[in-house]
Amino acid sequence: MQEKVLMKGNEALAEAAILAGCRHYFGYPITPQTEVAAYMSKKMPKIGGVFLQAESEIAAINMVYGVAATGKRAMTSSSSPGIALKCEGISYLAGSDLPALIVNVQRGGPGLGGIQPSQSDYFLATRGPGHGDFHVLVLAPASVQEMADMTLKGFELAEKYRMPCMLLADGTMGQMMEPVVLPDPVELDKTPKDWAVTGTECKREHHIVNSLYLSPAELEKLNLERFERYKKIEEEECMWEEYMMEDADICIVSCGITARVSRNAILEARKQGIKVGMIRPITLWPFPKKPLLAAADKVKSFVSVELNMGQMKEDIELAIRCKKPVYGCTRVGGMITTVDDILAAIKSAAEKGEE
Amino acid sequence: MAVVFEKPKALTDAVLHYCPGCTHGIVHRLVAEVIDELGIEGKTIGIAPVGCSVFAYNYFTCDMVEAAHGRAPAVATGVKRSDPEKIVFTYQGDGDLASIGMCETVHSAARGENITIIFINNAIYGMTGGQMAPTSLPGQVTQTSPYGRNTETQGYPIRVCELLSELDGPAYLERVTVNNVKNVRNAKKAIKKAFRNQLEGKGFSLVEVLSSCPTNWGMTPQQALDWIDEKMIPYYPLGVYRDKDGENNG
Repeated sequence: MQEKVLMKGNEALAEAAILAGCRHYFGYPITPQTEVAAYMSKKMPKIGGVFLQAESEIAAINMVYGVAATGKRAMTSSSSPGIALKCEGISYLAGSDLPALIVNVQRGGPGLGGIQPSQSDYFLATRGPGHGDFHVLVLAPASVQEMADMTLKGFELAEKYRMPCMLLADGTMGQMMEPVVLPDPVELDKTPKDWAVTGTECKREHHIVNSLYLSPAELEKLNLERFERYKKIEEEECMWEEYMMEDADICIVSCGITARVSRNAILEARKQGIKVGMIRPITLWPFPKKPLLAAADKVKSFVSVELNMGQMKEDIELAIRCKKPVYGCTRVGGMITTVDDILAAIKSAAEKGEE
Repeated sequence: MAVVFEKPKALTDAVLHYCPGCTHGIVHRLVAEVIDELGIEGKTIGIAPVGCSVFAYNYFTCDMVEAAHGRAPAVATGVKRSDPEKIVFTYQGDGDLASIGMCETVHSAARGENITIIFINNAIYGMTGGQMAPTSLPGQVTQTSPYGRNTETQGYPIRVCELLSELDGPAYLERVTVNNVKNVRNAKKAIKKAFRNQLEGKGFSLVEVLSSCPTNWGMTPQQALDWIDEKMIPYYPLGVYRDKDGENNG
């Protein structure tokens, strides 16, 4: 067990990636995640790892693709506009069934947007970031501790299911400092993967890492197989946290920084006699539908607190099959919901009841 | 009985899908012969492009990775940085390397990435049916330059070897062609040097091969080979544009 240290979220995730055995980082500067690249550029040369500042986000994700094809842990990090550029490569990773970690420390958009925190890439991340029919695992940390823990978890899940994983943090998570206990270093199994390109040594048939299938029947089969895997992930890998849900009449659903603010709002609302709880999704894909559906039988309504115009709200409505109303409490453009914003939404929900 | 001719071991038994008279087959063979002669099949990893040679992964017996359009040098960078002991090559056409992937090409060259690039310049997009390429000649008729490439509106062709020779990074840049026996022999020498450079850790090596596309040029195979002499070579002179080994940097 390591000591508790005070770290910035971006640095905690970078150090956690190194502890997770990742020795290949490719990135491009963009606020608010540049500390990840800076940290890697300092650390990697000292431990025999590779830090490479790529010429573009596109090149960076394709370098990740190259390392992933050899069966090793690889990662890149960026913020929203840069993630848009990586989407091509993420689709190829998914289509070639390659694991990799992509960190998105989100900022406001669209376009160049701003550099303040946002959760506006929720749709981009959860619907499949790129062309084609696919998903990536999406993890949403809500503390510096989780920035570190989810990095480790992200690599593990990506490898287990041979697919890309996106750590979807909002800018706050990247920039804020908190005490964190870093994970113990991971001993990786060095046995070559039976699908990776490691050189045939003229002893086996060649391995081909590829996503091109011109036969529709073959391509359909591969898509179906991938979605069978996704079904298993939805059943087994959902993560969420429940907070004061035992007696709740109103259920807040929120992740990242807004879940942190929501906790304070919940305590304040309870002081005022309104029973509020929270379900905080930790995996955004797979989305924790089961606990939400179960909660729909107990609470009168839901409030989705998020830093976008209500993207997660749609997933909540689907998860609870519209059994109860879902109200939105949103700020965008880099503004962050305050305790007062959330409290007002809670009071409004309490007045409306199950309407 | 003495064997006088055989298929290189580094080529699979798959039947090539290339059109009659296309020179991709010759260049595939040259790459495979070089892999055989250097004894590196077991530790070579090839990166296939998007374009006519997209199925290169089916033709070489070494491990292969299919890259997104233009991204082969970035993918090769990842593979090589993951395992510097491996021999990593990309095989790319002109649209892939000099249009959509120009950024990756220039920057992998600028980094002096220790990889080998085989660049097929046939002045046209072959796979999609003959559209204008970044290397299509002024006046060249293609599906998307039906009145001939107009330099006023469609700009000028890009000479990749000359362009990259302005950089400090590359170790070796040579332009060759395969339109007659003598040129095929020279092309093989260049390709072998480009692979040997990597073995010796010398850095970025690129061989540009002027190639024919009779189908999309609307010519017979023989006419196409002649067109390389008459039209392509005057615009794209053959020769060594960088050789850190032997050069006076002139």
